[in-house]
Amino acid sequence: MADKVLMKGNEAIAEAAIIAGCRHYFGYPITPQTEIAAYMAKQMPKIGGTFLQAESEIAAINMVYGVSSAGKRVMTSSSSPGISLKGEGISYLAGADLPALIVNAQRGGPGLGGIQPSQSDYFQATRGGGHGDYHLIVLTPASVQEMAELTIKGFELADKYRMPAMILADGTIGQMMEPVSFDFEVAPQIEKPWATTGTKMERKHNIVNSLYLDPATLEVKNIERYERYKIVEENETMYEEYMADDADIVLAAFGIAARVAKSAVNEARKQGIKAGLIRPITVWPFPKAPFKKAVEHCKAIISVELSMGQMIEDVKLASEMKVPVTLTSRVGGMIPTPNQILEDIKKAAEGGR
Amino acid sequence: MVVFEKPKALTDVPFHYCPGCTHGIVHRLVAEVIDELGIEGKTIGIAPVGCSVMAYDYFTCDMIEAAHGRAPAVATGVKRADPENHIVFTYQGDGDLASIGMAETVHAAARNENITIIFINNAIYGMTGGQMAPTSLPGQVTQTSPYGRNTDLCGWPIKVCELLSELDGPEYLERVTVNSVAHVRQAKRAIKKAFQNQIDNKGFSLIEVLSSCPTNWGMTPEKALKWIDDAMIPYYPLGVYKDRSAQKKEA
Amino acid sequence: MGKVTFDVDNCKGCGLCVLACPKKILQISQDVINKKGHHPAEITDESACIGCASCATMCPDCIITVERE
Repeated sequence: MADKVLMKGNEAIAEAAIIAGCRHYFGYPITPQTEIAAYMAKQMPKIGGTFLQAESEIAAINMVYGVSSAGKRVMTSSSSPGISLKGEGISYLAGADLPALIVNAQRGGPGLGGIQPSQSDYFQATRGGGHGDYHLIVLTPASVQEMAELTIKGFELADKYRMPAMILADGTIGQMMEPVSFDFEVAPQIEKPWATTGTKMERKHNIVNSLYLDPATLEVKNIERYERYKIVEENETMYEEYMADDADIVLAAFGIAARVAKSAVNEARKQGIKAGLIRPITVWPFPKAPFKKAVEHCKAIISVELSMGQMIEDVKLASEMKVPVTLTSRVGGMIPTPNQILEDIKKAAEGGR
Repeated sequence: MVVFEKPKALTDVPFHYCPGCTHGIVHRLVAEVIDELGIEGKTIGIAPVGCSVMAYDYFTCDMIEAAHGRAPAVATGVKRADPENHIVFTYQGDGDLASIGMAETVHAAARNENITIIFINNAIYGMTGGQMAPTSLPGQVTQTSPYGRNTDLCGWPIKVCELLSELDGPEYLERVTVNSVAHVRQAKRAIKKAFQNQIDNKGFSLIEVLSSCPTNWGMTPEKALKWIDDAMIPYYPLGVYKDRSAQKKEA
Repeated sequence: MGKVTFDVDNCKGCGLCVLACPKKILQISQDVINKKGHHPAEITDESACIGCASCATMCPDCIITVERE
């Protein structure tokens, strides 16, 4: 087994990005993700890469757009209010079919909100966040190890499907330290014949663009993109099931909430309640299959979130409301305790609401 | 012997611009410079949002369409993706560069980003139908200043070259126009220098081109060229606002 | 001495070439209508052209080719 290093989640993302071949990072300071920028500022000059502190999140995402247009792996990171600012650029990336990796270390909102962890950008991330019909591949790490693994996965998927990918993390996983192994197999980067790298007088010019004034053409572009999204849904949906096979009460949770939920499941099992957990790892595409399976045997589903109830809508859709779906949550930077979740598991097990 | 023809760096697509709009002249000058410097194969152009949004169809080099005002940030990314092999220019109007994209403009200049910016100042938003621009003159009638630009209400025009010249960053800033044969020739010299500076790794060059918008100014193409002389040049004097290499030589 | 050729169908009839011509031998046609629906530019006295390319220099649509002997 390879050596592990003790690292913060945010630093693990940065190191993994470098391992993935990312040599361009653009960011703007915002808590709680600054470790990523700090790590890149230190490392990039040593490996011939570019770290640039942009004048704004808007500029940073457009620098990302530029590097991506030129066919290179590139990333930016921010936290909730900054991601809102990047929304415009993310929509343009999607519209121009450009790959990129965007990290959102979520904090409480809306507005300036707070600097403590949150999962309340779920809608923004899974529905695109900017204007127009589009999706991002949204990956939700629940450990420092996954911060690293999903970063590499994010770059690979973004390139493969020519679309932006997002690491939807939160302040807690970003800041906490855990042992992490960087012993990865990184697939060779794919060719990008569409990139604007100069024609070298050998081919017709490439154009990176999201403008289609002819409505019929724009419609075709959108339909084609959604056909690609369908392939992503079929091939790239990721989730973890934890004692969900025989569970009466199924929890649904991602990221940091899933870790607390797992503790609650363990405690419930000790007390004789058959609880289980479905942990989406991609929240777009959302894993519908395990929920369809779960409603065949479970009595209730509890969506555990650090939001006022956002993922619960996807859980309800996926489970087709065949069993009651309720919410257990804390917001504003608060995190539910295993006990709070356990109490709700007990209530559900008793058939109470 | 052919002494003048369409430059090779322009595609066969006819410009969509209004009759007498000087965008076409400036496009041609950029293309002529690309031809003369032999850099078409390594040039990547960034189109703005505004009348020249479809510039990507007109240049034979690789092209990128940027979000409104963000071209300097996109150019920064493209340039830094491969500084040795990319020649990068942006082509932006006054609303794009001096209003919504002011931050990107100023910071690219401050970083002395090694890119070339062609800035079309025609004192109006053209594509959207003639609204007041950050460079509309005091008293200028536009769709959104129907009683003339009232400086008490909406402030004063932004003089981009003057403003940027206060920064230590930029290498080269010049304001030119294209309303006469002599001015077009001067504009071409400026644009060529702006590209040469990039080739020589000198850094940020911006050429502001006072241009006409006959349609939205409500003038004939001929009167529009005259208005540049009569109204624009007095407010926006032509000339070199910064030439760091020349300053260094003098010092 | 000089010879100008117009890509007539892409002319928008703006008249900037007419203004620029030092020999005053260009005009906007009043009879011809091109594909775009514009009256295009035309030359009135071919023998007087000096091939200075002033017209082409001012043409916003790159439709003028100039030759010189």
